[in-house]
Amino acid sequence: MKEVKIIGFVLLIVLVGIQFMPTTRNQSDTVPKTDFMMVNTVPKTIQNKLQVSCYDCHSNNTEYPWYNKIQPVAWILEDHVVHGKEELNFNEWANYSARRKNSKLKSILSQIEDNEMPLYSYTLIHGDAKLSEKEKIEIIKYLTLVKKDL
Amino acid sequence: MVTLTATSCKDTKKEHNNDDGHHNEERGMHNEASMESSNDMMSDGQKTSKSTLLVANYLELKDALVADNKDGAAKAGGIMVSAFNSFDISSFTSEEQEELKDIMEDAKEHAEHISESPIEHQREHFDVLSVDLIDMIAITGTEKTLYQDFCPMYNNKKGAQWLSATKEIKNPYYGSKMMTCGSVQKQIN
Repeated sequence: MKEVKIIGFVLLIVLVGIQFMPTTRNQSDTVPKTDFMMVNTVPKTIQNKLQVSCYDCHSNNTEYPWYNKIQPVAWILEDHVVHGKEELNFNEWANYSARRKNSKLKSILSQIEDNEMPLYSYTLIHGDAKLSEKEKIEIIKYLTLVKKDL
Repeated sequence: MVTLTATSCKDTKKEHNNDDGHHNEERGMHNEASMESSNDMMSDGQKTSKSTLLVANYLELKDALVADNKDGAAKAGGIMVSAFNSFDISSFTSEEQEELKDIMEDAKEHAEHISESPIEHQREHFDVLSVDLIDMIAITGTEKTLYQDFCPMYNNKKGAQWLSATKEIKNPYYGSKMMTCGSVQKQIN
């Protein structure tokens, strides 16, 4: 019993302690000229969907939820955003060469088709980020056109 | 695996002999030492402007996919990343360098994904990686004779290319499911 108390106390200290650890926030006021939406004519509905379902992790601006103020949640999110942007940053779209755009689009299409993106852990909390079958078809159709036009 | 890497290591050594006679000894020793410590270090430790090592790594990856061997493909993908890192583009024209940088940046991403994905994904990335390597070899050339093969079925019947060292078709996109699907498009070198 005594051990349980000690362990509980240590955990509490750690939990309180990590609240003071800083994280880097992924936020930017401006949308660069190189953004996917700036260089492509994206239909409004698809714009909205990409914004809500993809841009949190794949652009320079994340719409943070309130619980991002709590550790270790903030770390987990930070890690997702860093990794997500490394793979694909919609804000940097025009900076990718045609070869890389083609690669990125191929991966985007295949992951949306296979329901791998948006991540399940993300849509679990962000219900509005989920893609309905109809939305999936629309986005795939549009992005396939973008890929063809490269 | 070990023997294959050792062979590609020797190949590279041979190249250096042709290139520049002075540093044979030193490079040779370096090869031995890093070969023992790790595969990654081996390819990172020496720069080369010849495609030999990359082609060898690619063929290893291709063979693993032909054999439906996910782990083997993952390992080969990882080694390929370091082979790209050790590729020296300085001897090419600035135009070629730009092109090579672009190709390698793309190809490295695909190789990385291959090192950490299930086999169906590995094959999707292998498709684009193959195009990258074909484009790369068009610039760098290849010492080994290669066959550019084409499988018309993969990718929702859009088809996909790959490189092989033998004329005989062994399909890396379907493996044992459709081993002989495809045909030779052309012979390179």
